[in-house]
Amino acid sequence: MESNFKRTLILENYEKPFHRGLLKDSTYLRENKNNSSCIDNFDIELKIEDGIIKDIRFDGEACAIATSSMSISISKLIGKSKEEALNIIENYEKMINEEEYDEDLLEELTAYEDIYKQPARKKCATLGILGIKDLINKSK
Amino acid sequence: MNYKNDFPMLEKDIVYFDNGATTLKPKCVIDAICDYYTNYTSNAHRGDYKLSVKASNEYENVREKVKDLINAKNKDEIVFTSGSTESLNLVINGYFKNHLNKGDEVLITKSEHASNILPWYELENEIGIKVKYIPLTENHTVTIENLKMVVTDKTKVISIAHVTNVIGDVRPIKEIISYAHEKGILVVIDGAQSVGHTKVDVTSLDIDFLAFSAHKMLGPTGVGVLYGKYELLDEVKPLKYGGGMNIAFTSPKEIEYKDLPFRLEAGTQNIAGVIGFGKAIDYINKVGIDNIEETCDELKEYIVKKLKTLKNVKVYNENVEGSTIAFNINGIFAQDTAIYLDKYNICVRSGSHCAKKLEDELGIKNTCRISIYFYNTKEDADKLIEILDNDKILEESLGV
Repeated sequence: MESNFKRTLILENYEKPFHRGLLKDSTYLRENKNNSSCIDNFDIELKIEDGIIKDIRFDGEACAIATSSMSISISKLIGKSKEEALNIIENYEKMINEEEYDEDLLEELTAYEDIYKQPARKKCATLGILGIKDLINKSK
Repeated sequence: MNYKNDFPMLEKDIVYFDNGATTLKPKCVIDAICDYYTNYTSNAHRGDYKLSVKASNEYENVREKVKDLINAKNKDEIVFTSGSTESLNLVINGYFKNHLNKGDEVLITKSEHASNILPWYELENEIGIKVKYIPLTENHTVTIENLKMVVTDKTKVISIAHVTNVIGDVRPIKEIISYAHEKGILVVIDGAQSVGHTKVDVTSLDIDFLAFSAHKMLGPTGVGVLYGKYELLDEVKPLKYGGGMNIAFTSPKEIEYKDLPFRLEAGTQNIAGVIGFGKAIDYINKVGIDNIEETCDELKEYIVKKLKTLKNVKVYNENVEGSTIAFNINGIFAQDTAIYLDKYNICVRSGSHCAKKLEDELGIKNTCRISIYFYNTKEDADKLIEILDNDKILEESLGV
């Protein structure tokens, strides 16, 4: 992905994140995720029906990388089955950790392919999506 | 004066504005630590041989230096700890836990560091004291009038920072202590941000207990001080028992402990660290405390003035004394600003700065903090301002 495009995508998703604001609906699973070493902090809600991710919401304060990756992850994962979602998340983690991964599966999430160059930011780039992963696993 | 040649870290082409977290160390401090490990490693207060006598003497000389620095009456009122956090925990759990009763009130503020809040919260949970807050003014400062509003017959202790670590305001502790003592209230001062930055005279201020850290005043990490008036300190129950603090023991009923300060320094102490701390005090005395304070104040004023010429910068504490500047760039998360500055080797802190109750007061959780020490220069400030004068900070912070 070209650098300018990555920056624009990240900034758009930081400034106007997708599905920000919690519903506090009892049919949603809920979890707080924060980075103890920095100041990122999210509450995340997830709704799963018949094994399909119906909705994900979040709220909280975090840096541009954490907020934008949360937003992009949400738009990427809604509508996926639990298995598909976990596969995407696994590939995303591999990308962040500089392992072999399936680029086609990640699409826009490859905006974070260079985050490994800033080790302190790895936690920012994974905070939201790992929260979603926890919630999917909780729903089993 | 240019101090940069004395600080090896400043040869690294960095602008270091995180002095509130820890200061850099001059070469004389590093050399003194190295000298102990290289030339006279031995335990203090233990051996009968020359090396141990030298280690003991060097260690005890620093106690004398600390006594002089804060103008204590007696060197036995100086207890070495691992830092301000341990000092505060020691006085809260070693003294106040045994001298306060259920319903007694302690006054703190919402801009205290975690180490001056959490031990009190735990004490509230444990023995039922009540933690209350002195209301802050709209500039987030403490005044004697605000203090008087919350003092009651049940107030037994006031525990506050002399200088706070986010806002950097200097509290009127002389007035506070004098008022408190009229009411029979004891005062604990967290001096982590003040000792070595401004004159702290425990005798003229009449401070009951004072906690501070070596590493925030040119010394090594892992060393701190608890000062207490002798008769109060003598009632602090040790939190650690072991070697170095006892005279004799034969059974639980027959134990004899040493006098102050050794009774509160169980186990082998951070001998190298304390010796390094001594050199830090020498260096500070050489520069002069008034000179340090003046240099920091001038530079703060200079930076605030320049920051205000930049659009989109909000400074939260321009109207308070002290050498700390809390700011944000509109629309940019504090951490992104700090990461952006780091690309240019400018070190600032972002976050809540361990003062998590302060968000109640500021209405904002996270800020960037510039904290100044005397080796910072106008050139450092100019570089900071030049780098902040950029419309693309957020984009450039992303690193993609």
